[in-house]
Amino acid sequence: MTGDVAVLGAGMHPWGKWGRSFVEYGVTAARAALADAGLEWRDIGSVVGADTVRGGYPGYVAGATFAKALGWQGTRVTSVYAACASGAQAIATARAQILAGLADVVLVVGADAAPKGFFRPAGGDRPDDPDWLRFRVLGATNPTYFGLYARRRMAVHGDTLEDFAQVKVKNAALGARNAYARYRRAVTAEEVAASAVVADPLRLLDICATSDGGAALVLAGLDFARRHGAGDAVRIRAVSTVTPHFPNTVLDLPDIATDSAVAVSPAPETFRESIARAAYEEAGVGPEDLSLAEVYDLSTALELQWYEDLGLCGAGEAVKLLRDGSTAPGGRIPVNPSGGLASFGEAVPAQAIAQVCELTWQLRGAAGDRQIPGARVGMAVNQGLFGHGSAVVAVR
Amino acid sequence: MIAGWFTGDGEGFRLLGTRCSACSTVFFPREDTHCRNPHCPGGRLMEAPLSRRGHVWSYTDSRYRPPSPYVTDRELPWVPYTLIAVELAAERLVVLGQAAPGVTVADLTVGTEVEVVPGVLHEDAETTWTTWQWRPTGAGV
Repeated sequence: MTGDVAVLGAGMHPWGKWGRSFVEYGVTAARAALADAGLEWRDIGSVVGADTVRGGYPGYVAGATFAKALGWQGTRVTSVYAACASGAQAIATARAQILAGLADVVLVVGADAAPKGFFRPAGGDRPDDPDWLRFRVLGATNPTYFGLYARRRMAVHGDTLEDFAQVKVKNAALGARNAYARYRRAVTAEEVAASAVVADPLRLLDICATSDGGAALVLAGLDFARRHGAGDAVRIRAVSTVTPHFPNTVLDLPDIATDSAVAVSPAPETFRESIARAAYEEAGVGPEDLSLAEVYDLSTALELQWYEDLGLCGAGEAVKLLRDGSTAPGGRIPVNPSGGLASFGEAVPAQAIAQVCELTWQLRGAAGDRQIPGARVGMAVNQGLFGHGSAVVAVR
Repeated sequence: MIAGWFTGDGEGFRLLGTRCSACSTVFFPREDTHCRNPHCPGGRLMEAPLSRRGHVWSYTDSRYRPPSPYVTDRELPWVPYTLIAVELAAERLVVLGQAAPGVTVADLTVGTEVEVVPGVLHEDAETTWTTWQWRPTGAGV
């Protein structure tokens, strides 16, 4: 397929609260990805960084920061900011450069040193920023939105707190097998139930933490991959970066209200469903083709929502899928074999790249004791603040 | 606190959005520059009071003190507040707001009827920041 690019290398810095600079995490991940690819930094024709905030004007930096730390070598450079979709847009940018013939081999890097506790908007009085407004006017943190979605699922679909806890139990068991995960310990349903409520009905162990972390990929054109002796490399076949359609009728971070559906009927699919559909269409695959999926489990309840948004089951059927083991290892479509955000925590610009690292290792058959046997097609999805879509399909 | 988002007192209290003169789309928070309906040729945006009553789409609470720019007195112990997302049938949109003081998640279910009331977000020696709040119509708060 003409849209394919090869994944020559994948690398990460272990996630956690390390108290060091995002530059260190990114460079560690980049060097790991380069070593995995069997390439030198000097071989790289373009570097794309997923941005984070650094003190000083203009604040949002990445591409050149990593290029400087690795040693200025005159490469093409790009920096991308799209909130949680930054990593996916960095991958999309690298892919576009490769397909356009602007670069043969591109290094993609995302890393962050997250603040302690709740995420918060940048400082200053900024009433023209929806993210600032929701904090200032409502005190609406990210977990309060996750709580709204969870309550809604309970009311509409009959999901229970015990169902949500089972998502954490599943993901924690997988994270315990992943050396890059921050949390590497199995968790019981009783432990979830005993943890403090953060935003009704969700508890501390239902909600992902903020973390430091870094992830990197080396992507290349198929001709370069063949010349490099990697003609059978894992390939990225689709990257979806779509926006919602008006009217967006599901209350979404960071907005205080939805769009009105007075003038235009809502599309039959939600934003998250459209993110997945765009990726399926571009890749020429469907949900039935997936061997595994990495989804953005900002909360346990949100992972269930993604099952439906990905078309793994019909509306309201996610809990059935969870309960019958379909999304666990050995099931029809394992979800978050990496351990997910439940085990990693959120390092915003790195997460979408980390998801593709996991797809790469799974599709290579190199995922150790969390390997999904015979994995052929993987999908990674998330969603960036302010309407940034993010999905990647990788194939072997 | 945000200019032009609400008006009036008591029974006359209303959230203020805007309505496009061409396609009738309603915006809250108010949109004063261009209609955001991509199918609309673009009309004038006129101030429009929103319905006083709606039904709970979902609800949650905040058991931990939110970070700034939310303003709280760190000298005082944290008292959780409830957040309610409310569907307004006439405008066909959902508006998030804090619940009136004393309303907890135990008082709510999805579908409960609520009404908008004026409230105080925060006050200090110099300033009182007013806001809108949602309150169950049958609660007698």
